[in-house]
Amino acid sequence: MRIGVITFPGSLDDVDAARAVRLAGGESVALWHGDHDLKDVDAVVLPGGFSYGDYLRAGAIAARSPLMQDVVAAAKGGLPVLGICNGFQVLCESGLLPGALHRNAHLHFRNRDQQLRIERADTAWTESYEQGQTIVVPVKNGEGRYVAAPADLERLEGEGRVAVRYVGRNPNGSLNDIAGVTSENGRVVGLMPHPEHAVEDLTGPSTDGLGFFTSVLKAVVAA
Amino acid sequence: MATSSQDSRARRSAPETRVTRRAAGPRERPGTLVGVSRVVVDVVLKPEISDPQGQAVLGALGRLGHGGVTSVRQGKHFVLEVEGTPDRAELEQIAQTLLANPVIEDVELHLPTD
Repeated sequence: MRIGVITFPGSLDDVDAARAVRLAGGESVALWHGDHDLKDVDAVVLPGGFSYGDYLRAGAIAARSPLMQDVVAAAKGGLPVLGICNGFQVLCESGLLPGALHRNAHLHFRNRDQQLRIERADTAWTESYEQGQTIVVPVKNGEGRYVAAPADLERLEGEGRVAVRYVGRNPNGSLNDIAGVTSENGRVVGLMPHPEHAVEDLTGPSTDGLGFFTSVLKAVVAA
Repeated sequence: MATSSQDSRARRSAPETRVTRRAAGPRERPGTLVGVSRVVVDVVLKPEISDPQGQAVLGALGRLGHGGVTSVRQGKHFVLEVEGTPDRAELEQIAQTLLANPVIEDVELHLPTD
């Protein structure tokens, strides 16, 4: 099972994402934003970081990179895509996911271990979890406040598109405590918290994040 | 920008690329500034999207004694130099696809004839 991890200029967590893929039992494949080559991968992870230094808007310029044109086309054909933190911002900017991520309401960078509730356990990236399960993974962002126009937000909630929600303290003022959302077909998921930083007891607050990566291995086999 | 990018569309839509290339022209050939238009694009958050940066500025103004200011909305201001007569449709596309995120932001285009 080949899981691609894209590196953009300014990506920081691509190595951790690749390691999480391998710990879950997959083969990680390094992808470069400037290529037009998805290397026949079965799924793609967009990692965290500060692509292009967050110039213009976080994720905006990376979303227009050559490889993202291929990712958008493949995702519309059903390729599973996970965006973590900056990767989530890129997915929203590319139009694959609804809404936008904006400056944290309190204007501070927030870095801590965060409780999350899995709202959708039937997406390509969350089927290893139980619906309603609470997990703990790190969150670290300065522009992680999920926003959308009130009508759009109501529609998303009605369609059950919220995949993951903050439990307890909301770290950034995200509307409706939204931590992550999914595409209509459940193949594309984006979230601000970092499951790839919670895959080993030595370095993470838990191993709860591993489920995102074992989920997609099952989803790809089932497809 | 991407050093290895072969994608002309991505390069063409990057504002810094446009401005740099056009700004270099007049230095090489004095007088060729004729025919270059300046287009201003203002990007502001939609009214229904809260603006914590604007609120922080408003708070600071209050502390400085400017209590008469009741609202601040922070946005972005782009200045583009364009060869020839600016094409409003193309500039609308540039603004809507890259300079602004239409999910949360509105755009105001200011062409030289405005």
